[in-house]
Amino acid sequence: MSQIAKEIGRDTLLDIYTRTMKVNRTDEKFRELLMGGKVAVMYYCVRGQELVSAAAMAALEKDDYVVCTYRGQGEQTAKGIPMEKWWGECLGKATGTCKGKGGTMHITDPETGIMVTTGVVGSGLPIANGLAMASQNNGDGRVTLVSFGDGAANIGGFHEAMNMAQLYKLPVVFLCQNNRYGEHTAYADHTDSPNIATRAAGYGMPGVTVDGNDVHQIYPAVKEAVDRARRGEGPTLVEAMCYRMMGHFFGSDFSYMPPEHIAEMKAEDPLPKLRKVMLEHQFTEEELDAIVADIDGQINAAVEHALAAPLPDVGEIYKDVLEETV
Amino acid sequence: MAQITMTQALNLAIDEAMADDPGVFCLGEDVSAKQGGGVFKVTQGLTEKYGEHRIRATPISETAIIGAAVGAALAGQRPIAEIMLMNFVGVCMDQIVNHAAKLRFMSGGQTPCPIVIRTTTGVGVGFGGQHSDMLEAWFAHVAGIHVVTPSNPADARGLMRASIDANDPVIFIENILCYGLKAEDPGPGYRVPLGKAAIAREGSDISIITYGRTVMDALAVADDLAKEGISVEVIDLRTIAPYDEATVLASVRKTGRALTLHEAVRPFGTGAEIAANIQEKCWDSLKGPVRRIGGTFSAVPFASHLEQAWIPQKSDIVAQIKASVGKH
Repeated sequence: MSQIAKEIGRDTLLDIYTRTMKVNRTDEKFRELLMGGKVAVMYYCVRGQELVSAAAMAALEKDDYVVCTYRGQGEQTAKGIPMEKWWGECLGKATGTCKGKGGTMHITDPETGIMVTTGVVGSGLPIANGLAMASQNNGDGRVTLVSFGDGAANIGGFHEAMNMAQLYKLPVVFLCQNNRYGEHTAYADHTDSPNIATRAAGYGMPGVTVDGNDVHQIYPAVKEAVDRARRGEGPTLVEAMCYRMMGHFFGSDFSYMPPEHIAEMKAEDPLPKLRKVMLEHQFTEEELDAIVADIDGQINAAVEHALAAPLPDVGEIYKDVLEETV
Repeated sequence: MAQITMTQALNLAIDEAMADDPGVFCLGEDVSAKQGGGVFKVTQGLTEKYGEHRIRATPISETAIIGAAVGAALAGQRPIAEIMLMNFVGVCMDQIVNHAAKLRFMSGGQTPCPIVIRTTTGVGVGFGGQHSDMLEAWFAHVAGIHVVTPSNPADARGLMRASIDANDPVIFIENILCYGLKAEDPGPGYRVPLGKAAIAREGSDISIITYGRTVMDALAVADDLAKEGISVEVIDLRTIAPYDEATVLASVRKTGRALTLHEAVRPFGTGAEIAANIQEKCWDSLKGPVRRIGGTFSAVPFASHLEQAWIPQKSDIVAQIKASVGKH
């Protein structure tokens, strides 16, 4: 693992903490709604990966582009999609980011830079290259970050995209959230090499593996990759080691996870670790609790809004197919 | 007016679109000056004018090519991506079908995907089973894509310009055997609207609905049959999907008979969809069943005499028309 461990300013820490808790509280709320039978939709839990997403989004500028996956709640909410629109989409309402036509696996919000959420493993990397290519062509200075899991590292598009990005020195950051499982298959059962980041060398690209549960590792690593891309020096592969603390999707069995793995991930839970860092930086328990309470208030209001929102008009199935309604 | 080939027509359309809009750029295998401007020379001379950023030679990576085109389109550019031969779309179908075609809809209209995917194919040049197929039906079956193919240089120029203008993905199929066709240059700025068929020849006894290279076969047959007193109307769809239903139905209501003709294999081909539609909507005008001709239902063979036997035969077209109009 990399020895990257830089001091992070208090403002940045607070920003990362706030984004992390937004991701976590959104995840908790979603599971509560699903458990209570209030909603019944596909949802891919992000418990355990909150910090990786939050730190990565904190390392980006507001205008930067993001491509994420069906397990993209962390990137989406941490990048700043308005909560009412996010919940509206997840509940299939007309008020959603995509008028209820995309859903939990296809959240799109160009205003906050969430350009594509793909439901196809590994498909985001080639598209991220294109967003970055546009920035390179028109000189807008944007960086594109694409998030994906360890499972995506074994599909052809990953390799095609990494090679092309390095060839053209595209301003893109490849963020592999190595959560140790590709769907239901453990890392060791789908990949024999000890990590993903070493693959970058095969394309002439820098690659780094960091502890995604340690804010002092994940944030500086992504920030350096983003800065490097913005300087025109090309792409970086950042592999964030983390844990997916739930099943592949909400409600799916995860008894295939061995007890020692569960014990390990509980010990590495990023949330108590981050809280400890915050306290060490003279944030008080009360301040941190107040941040969470504020987030909960926003989430509850957004959920109420989404629950009460109208369903999309049935005529929507004919719209947005091509430019003119067919 | 000057005569131009279809290759020149396509080059002129791309050139003027690139001159008009800095967001238009080409990417694909072998497309830049270093590689000679594309294996069929369609992008020849453009690198010198627009530079290597706008004529991007890519690795042999179809998924990365189409993915990059999709991403650039989402960011407001108008990429023209080349998939050298149509069979290679099998390598990048996820990017075309799950992403390019669906991102407008799945985003509720927020992220249209204006890309042109140029691709070449054609039976009759000895390329064998993996370099010859017409696969338009694969894309015609997916909502959110225009499927276009020109049969002549003027349409090639006008359809390419309209395809680059379009705010949605276009699969633009170029038939290898049409590249060398010569015709009068329609001139700068010429556009043929998408979704608008051409009546390539007027007639009154039967309508042939076709597109691409087989338009030439249909016209040749129509010439021959005119000498025997059979009047054949030839519809060149130009846009295969979504196609110009109004023109097709009006023609069939006039002639009372229809034959669909394409180089692609017959089963589950676009001709089947068009025939079904005609029978649903023109039943009262029809004097007989809609007939269909397509390529043989096998892989395209290599040996020249096998390949020639595989292609829809002019003699079949004549026989089907004579059977339809009741003259033998």
